[in-house]
Amino acid sequence: MARKTIKVDYLARVEGEGALTVTIRDDRVTHAELRIFEPPRFFEAFLRGRAFSEAVDITSRICGICPVAYQMSSVHAMEDALGVKVAKPIRDLRRLLYCGEWIESHALHIYMLHAPDFLGYQGAIEMARDHAEIVKRGLDLKKTGNALMSLIGGREIHPINVRVGGFYKTPLKRELAVLNDSLKRARDQALETVRWVSGFDFPDCQRDYELVALSHPDEYPLNEGRIVSNRGLNIGASEYDAHFQEIHVAHSNALQSRTREGNAYLVGPLARFSLNFQRLTPLAQDAAKEAGLGPSCSNPYRSIVVRAVEVLYACDEALRIIAGYEEPDRPFEPAEPRAGVGFAATEAPRGLLYHRYRLDDDGTILEAQIVPPTSQNQATIEEDLTVFINDWIDLPDEALKHRCEQTVRNYDPCISCATHFLDLRVERG
Amino acid sequence: MTDKQSGILIVGIGNPDRGDDAAGRAAVARLKALGPKNLRVIESDGEATGLLARFSEADEVILIDAVLSGAAPGTVGRFDVNEAPLPTGRFGISTHGFGLAEAIELARTLGCLPRRCVVYAIEGRSFTLGERLSPEVETAVEGVIESILNTISLTAG
Repeated sequence: MARKTIKVDYLARVEGEGALTVTIRDDRVTHAELRIFEPPRFFEAFLRGRAFSEAVDITSRICGICPVAYQMSSVHAMEDALGVKVAKPIRDLRRLLYCGEWIESHALHIYMLHAPDFLGYQGAIEMARDHAEIVKRGLDLKKTGNALMSLIGGREIHPINVRVGGFYKTPLKRELAVLNDSLKRARDQALETVRWVSGFDFPDCQRDYELVALSHPDEYPLNEGRIVSNRGLNIGASEYDAHFQEIHVAHSNALQSRTREGNAYLVGPLARFSLNFQRLTPLAQDAAKEAGLGPSCSNPYRSIVVRAVEVLYACDEALRIIAGYEEPDRPFEPAEPRAGVGFAATEAPRGLLYHRYRLDDDGTILEAQIVPPTSQNQATIEEDLTVFINDWIDLPDEALKHRCEQTVRNYDPCISCATHFLDLRVERG
Repeated sequence: MTDKQSGILIVGIGNPDRGDDAAGRAAVARLKALGPKNLRVIESDGEATGLLARFSEADEVILIDAVLSGAAPGTVGRFDVNEAPLPTGRFGISTHGFGLAEAIELARTLGCLPRRCVVYAIEGRSFTLGERLSPEVETAVEGVIESILNTISLTAG
């Protein structure tokens, strides 16, 4: 019996480690295992015994690329536990901060990590030799996202200005207006990005995913909304644990999420887009249509186009928020400690990020649960590999390995497998 | 990339919560206290495009990063990257593995590598979450600071 094992053994990395093994028998993929060694589990333990006010800064250290997502899910969950309601300007600023993170995170993935897969380059450096102006556009676009994060978050990496109830310091209207010019430029660049990536060659791969994302009646979801699916799910964050479970799998120290029925599901740009197309701005909707996307998308290889549409939306939305911003009367609402449980889900660039905290009466954290998007997508990534890779089974080993990596990168997983610098091996049995 | 300033920019790279990975950031924090008042230092998580954006800010950039290459912990390598790319080693141990070595090569390709660009690489022992610098790396950090302060005074003189 012909048996082949494709292994991608990742170098140990500080911010996250992962490895991939795909087993092929008699020209069929029989098994795919994505192994993730990720930090949220340790953080859940660190958080116990800390004050409710500390979670925002502790959890923002989980990820260098999406600290805002962790900050947002944690403050919303704490406010849920403590019964704090924030004023509109604070809500707007949080949304604006999140737009900054979407722009910088998506731009990084599109230009530096994912586009080289489609254009046949080993990585962004090689791509830059032939496409310097395009790479510079990506860097400039990302820089605008970073500028937005620096202004509202207090600094570019691991923002420090967010607190339960609001912010330590809120910007003046004229301070925000400074960003208008670069955001307008970024919006043009984002539109060019949508057109650029929509011209890539995409494999014709579709799957009938269970798509899960937030949904809000008035806006494309970032900070708020019900958790909905294309299978009729419609729940609040407090019901998350009743519908989803985290399972220990032997090959990964990340917990793997599934529905309570045991099914894999998909979070992230594809799910958000497909469940919320009507809430995109007209500009973003038109760009999506022009790029060949319908009101839904179930081809994960096209996720790069959906990310580009979301960058366009984030630029558009950031400009709208800045135009309508009124300085708040005070930067934050006071929060009084009390015993309780708080829940929140927000839309990290990679998908739904769920936090739950149980507090005692002086606000000490007794229990913390953090479910990041990558562990929710892990089972779906493994299924994608099992299904799609069969179409390319006759490719030479190197090309096949590349397809496997590309398939993983469709999800922009928050582990080092997003890199192009992997130690790759093929073992034949 | 138009806001070019002259002078030296010193960048300390790493994750402050990951043991010896914090070496570069510890070094620049101390340089800030010890060096001349107008010394420009920044801390970075090592993400390549963020680093690249800062390269345009100075004629000369000195970068300090932790590395795992198999050498004895505390070993310091000094690399003039205008001369040659960084040797293969685990530089830029950073989020998504797109770090210092990639930032330098991307800058070289795009023609925006600073006129002078030097990397100090400090071999780490442990990169465990929540740990302090190991003693060998503490000593190495002091050595790097001294070397940089000497360079700066020579340049200024």
